[in-house]
Amino acid sequence: MPADIATQFAVERLLARYVASIDEDRLEEWPNHFAETCRYQIISAENYEQGLPIGVFFADSRGMLRDRVSALRQANVYEPQRYRHLVSSTLILDEADGLVTAQSNYMVVRIMHDGATALFSTGRYLDRISLGGREPLFVEKLVVFDSRRIDTLLAMPL
Amino acid sequence: MRNTLDLAWPREGLTRVPYPLYSRADVYDEERRRIFLGPVWSFLCLEAELANPGDYRASFVGDVPVVVARDLDGSLHAFENRCAHRGALLCFKRGGHGREISCVYHNWTYDLRGNLTGVTFQRGINRKGGMPPDFDRAAHALRRLRVESLAGIVFGTFDEATPPVEAYLGPEITQRIRRVMRKPVKVLGYNSQILPNNWKIYVENNKDSYHASLLHAFFTTFRVNRLSQEGGIIVDDSGGHHVSYSKRATDKPSAEYDSADLRAKREDYRLADPSILAGTDEFGDGITLQILTVFPAFVVQQIQNSLAVRQIVPRGVGETELLWTYLGYADDDAAMLTIRQKQSNLVGPGGYISMEDGAVGGFIQRALPGAEDDASIVQMGGNGVGSQDTRATETAVRGFWQVYRRHMGI
Ligand code: FES
Ligand SMILES: [Fe+2]
Repeated sequence: MPADIATQFAVERLLARYVASIDEDRLEEWPNHFAETCRYQIISAENYEQGLPIGVFFADSRGMLRDRVSALRQANVYEPQRYRHLVSSTLILDEADGLVTAQSNYMVVRIMHDGATALFSTGRYLDRISLGGREPLFVEKLVVFDSRRIDTLLAMPL
Repeated sequence: MRNTLDLAWPREGLTRVPYPLYSRADVYDEERRRIFLGPVWSFLCLEAELANPGDYRASFVGDVPVVVARDLDGSLHAFENRCAHRGALLCFKRGGHGREISCVYHNWTYDLRGNLTGVTFQRGINRKGGMPPDFDRAAHALRRLRVESLAGIVFGTFDEATPPVEAYLGPEITQRIRRVMRKPVKVLGYNSQILPNNWKIYVENNKDSYHASLLHAFFTTFRVNRLSQEGGIIVDDSGGHHVSYSKRATDKPSAEYDSADLRAKREDYRLADPSILAGTDEFGDGITLQILTVFPAFVVQQIQNSLAVRQIVPRGVGETELLWTYLGYADDDAAMLTIRQKQSNLVGPGGYISMEDGAVGGFIQRALPGAEDDASIVQMGGNGVGSQDTRATETAVRGFWQVYRRHMGI
């Protein structure tokens, strides 16, 4: 396989596994797609474009991602809900020394326990992915959502 | 004021709140007229958001659109965001910068104090058309608000009779605002959260210190906040404003806590990365939580090192937009910024200790059908309004309704 196609394939497969762990309610596996030291942030396009540092979720370690999951499972109160992610248009922007910079579009539909279904979030994934280890891992994942408005609450990761 | 609403308050007084107040469209409209356009101070923006002369921003007083501006001489002004001509929004974006604001529809122009400075083609074209000769631009300035800044927070009021901000708030609330705004701030981020409930339900939620350690399990588990911690509630003399505060790690053993079967009590829960709670006592007073409300619809928050203001914007009788503005100080270093970023996980639309507040208001709103003749119970901590040295009380909620009733004449 040509190198650029291999990279494209590796990135898209990581993204597919990543969203499946969320959509299929295997949240405990979600942090496994990140390096031990990593950066994960959900932030509005408005904040991101102005260079403002605070968004909705912020983590700089895999431990913080695990804490997000255990809080959801054990502490936080929110109505049962599922997401359905659609990820597309993945572009490899850069690749050097086993580190890939990639960008994708995402769309998340939220399905509430009573059946209410709505477009919940759209935006971009801005990813830096390490291909050096046994499995590709996110070193950085910025979820830049398009609309500044969040309906009711954002409990599960995007 | 006369009661025009045909709504009888229960004879128990402030310990009962009639449910129709959250669902009736006529109540919502009266609230705009009597409260938001009346003798109250509303949050408009931060001075830090109008750093330079010529800066202006769109904001809201209740759901009334306004513009707040820093004029070329540095003074602050606010006026309705509605063109005097045909009523179009003047500033339909978040804000802008310039010597004047012009309406996109027919290009009427206004200065940064809301005066009508230009009517395009006022004299017509080739002596045809145009406005009548007696049309007086000076008579068509935009409706102005009085503006006052307190420690970098810009407040506005439509009413000439509203007392000055510090008198409106009283000394204790003023001092607690100054405590958070103790030096120049900078904005670290914004979020907008659409709450599926009447605006007053979210205001009450902020004044309800009783729920904090019961609904929010994250709080309790990590002892960020338990009602047995040292703390209390300050309610100003009017009743409309409040501060709830507590100190972490001052937990006294409490038989009630140990015996109560609380969903929110999970002693076994530990963080994999506790750095999220590793803050600093930057105020030097040991207070790790201070929630402050200003009547009618404004919140100043300090939760450890997470600082924010929250503007509550009604969006119809059953919907509310909650605008979060996260703050740091202008002289924060990189380490402090990281602390604030980590602790931002505690609050906001996805906050460990605030996401439930986005949901619980909807639970009340969705249960309203059938409650037309019923009222909720607000009796924790007695029947009165006033400061208490416990947070197992609903005193600040009663205070809100005391002021609300006075404005609404019910
Ligand atoms: S509506 Fe503004 S100029 Fe006509
Ligand atoms: Fe709460």
